[in-house]
Amino acid sequence: MPSGLLDRRLLFVTGKGGVGKTAIAAALGQLAASQGTRTLLCEVDAKGNLAGAFETGPTAFKEREIAPGLWAMSMDTEASLKEYLSLHLKVPLLSRLGPLARTFDFVANAAPGVKEILVVGKLCYEVRERHYDLVVVDAPASGHIVGQLAAPQAMRDLVQVGKVRDQTSWMLDILADPTQTGVVVVATPEEMPVTETLELTARLHDETVVDVAAVVVNRVLPELFTRSEEEVFRALRQPGPEAALAAAVGGPVGLVFDGAELAVKLRRTRAEHLATLREGLPPGVELLYVPELFQRTHGVRATRQIAESLGAELGF
Amino acid sequence: MAPAARRAPATSLESLLAAKEIVICCGSGGVGKTTTAAAAAAMAAARLGGKVLVITVDPARRLANALGLERFGNVETQVPPEAFAAAGVEPRGELWAAMLDTKQSWDELVRAHAPDAATRDAILANPLYVNITGRFVQSHDYIAMERLYEIHASGRYDLIVVDTPPTRNAIDFLEAPDRMADFFSSRLLRWLTVPARSRVFTIASRPFYTAADRILGSQFLQDIAEFFLLFQTMYDGFVDRAKAVTRTLSDKRTTFVVVSTLEAAPVREAEFFIEALRDRRFPLGAVVLNKVLPSWFEDRKATTVARRLCADAKDLAAAVPVEADDAAVARVLGEVGESFLNFRVVATREAEQRAELAAGADVVATVPYADHDITDLAGLLELGASLWR
Repeated sequence: MPSGLLDRRLLFVTGKGGVGKTAIAAALGQLAASQGTRTLLCEVDAKGNLAGAFETGPTAFKEREIAPGLWAMSMDTEASLKEYLSLHLKVPLLSRLGPLARTFDFVANAAPGVKEILVVGKLCYEVRERHYDLVVVDAPASGHIVGQLAAPQAMRDLVQVGKVRDQTSWMLDILADPTQTGVVVVATPEEMPVTETLELTARLHDETVVDVAAVVVNRVLPELFTRSEEEVFRALRQPGPEAALAAAVGGPVGLVFDGAELAVKLRRTRAEHLATLREGLPPGVELLYVPELFQRTHGVRATRQIAESLGAELGF
Repeated sequence: MAPAARRAPATSLESLLAAKEIVICCGSGGVGKTTTAAAAAAMAAARLGGKVLVITVDPARRLANALGLERFGNVETQVPPEAFAAAGVEPRGELWAAMLDTKQSWDELVRAHAPDAATRDAILANPLYVNITGRFVQSHDYIAMERLYEIHASGRYDLIVVDTPPTRNAIDFLEAPDRMADFFSSRLLRWLTVPARSRVFTIASRPFYTAADRILGSQFLQDIAEFFLLFQTMYDGFVDRAKAVTRTLSDKRTTFVVVSTLEAAPVREAEFFIEALRDRRFPLGAVVLNKVLPSWFEDRKATTVARRLCADAKDLAAAVPVEADDAAVARVLGEVGESFLNFRVVATREAEQRAELAAGADVVATVPYADHDITDLAGLLELGASLWR
């Protein structure tokens, strides 16, 4: 039975920097679109990595269809504020506010959390208006995601009355509903990413209303040998066989064997970290594996390969 | 011209650390920045001597243990000499460690700058203040630099190695002091605090307040106004401090070390960061590259051998005298060749990235891919020794 991950409406993809968060978000978007789900991909940090995953031109606040059924945008808090104001205050007032940049400066700096809420607000808005079946967010890294997702509550605690308070209520309804919203944490099978993933899932649970839907483990190294093959490998490394092989192949084999040995060691270390992750995650969190792609780390081809692996993991 | 400027640039991390008082380690998350900072500080304490402090943002518990500490907080704690003894090293100096606790550091700052006890208590209790310092991430950047400045100015240490907070944008913290100064001197801020002071709305500001009121609610506006009114009492102290912090960053005694792995995303961030340093005339002292695959993956002869292992696994298996069936041997040979070629692709990509990053720095230190995690000071020093060269 296929997993229900892509049946949700809003997925925040986060993880420690450098684990391939953007690549996974892009692949989830592509996978969903290929299943006929109208999908919006949104890059929050706007570093242009998302465009790189599809080798397409830079994304903007105004979304653009980059593949059939797949739209992409990048978050821009000022543009989001503009959209919010024009939706809620009617346009004429805008002109009286003076330069928007200055107002924005005030709102963003004087009232911390407003930037965050403009981001979360825009995303929830797209969900509420049903412009798309699914919104996949290339969200801030694990250091910042909690602050971002907790912003609506923080705001509600701070603001007693007014439009913002009303706004936070429906946002929280969407965020708190696990059938609609979920966080996908991306990790690699290394010590720090695993530790951070476990800490992050705990913090998300304690400090936000959002459900942790899945953990994607990226760059899982393939198992090189079975147990019996490993014995054959040991035998091959004996001086006699190694010399015979070198003669047959017409060159030194030591380094190539060293390479295999390093690969086995790396895989073994990573397997231990994976076990720690598996044991530490709360029940109900899906665990998905994406293999290491040696040939390419980003670009259209890598995105497609990752989407295929995720598809297999999700049972499509 | 100061004598230091005429001297040739440092050629190793050792000479760099020996010449500087502040070393700021930066780079994207997950590249081993914290460990690198700790290893560099440990080496400096062991080999160069003096009093060395490493400030980290959020150390893994294992790193704290590696330093021989149960845990360490905002308070500077000395790494026990026994930890060095256990590593078989007699340190020439002392190693100290501290963590950055944002909330606590802000509180201390307020205590230091508040004009009187009443203002201090009012600020500490203001809901906005609690939110800014606790929940919102931008405040980390500033406080990290502020704390660095404070400790450096105290003269308690000969060398301070800082692990920078993971920022949304790697250069955020470089600009944090300036932004803070701008913020507190902005006219808008003063304008905003007027109504709370006099309750007189000027004609010009009325539409603004009407809009703000509708969006945010008047109670919230009042909270904001009160907060800034209180904060303004600390205005002079704050702006002066922020400026001094900026000066420290561009001081000759300060250097930046960019830490990265050779994967695509961290490299892109490192390049961006190196550029940002150049733009601001902040000195790039060294580039440290972590988790680098051994260069022999690029060996030409080995590559040819690996290719043959893949192509002729069956024939080769028959030629090798081991006690196993040929099919199994062929499979193993194929896997071995394939794996080598896979890692070779990665190593080649890394070498290219390395060349690009190295172009911008006088000192480039490379740390090989370790297949074990660092669990004690000996491990840190071992890592440090590979940096030192």
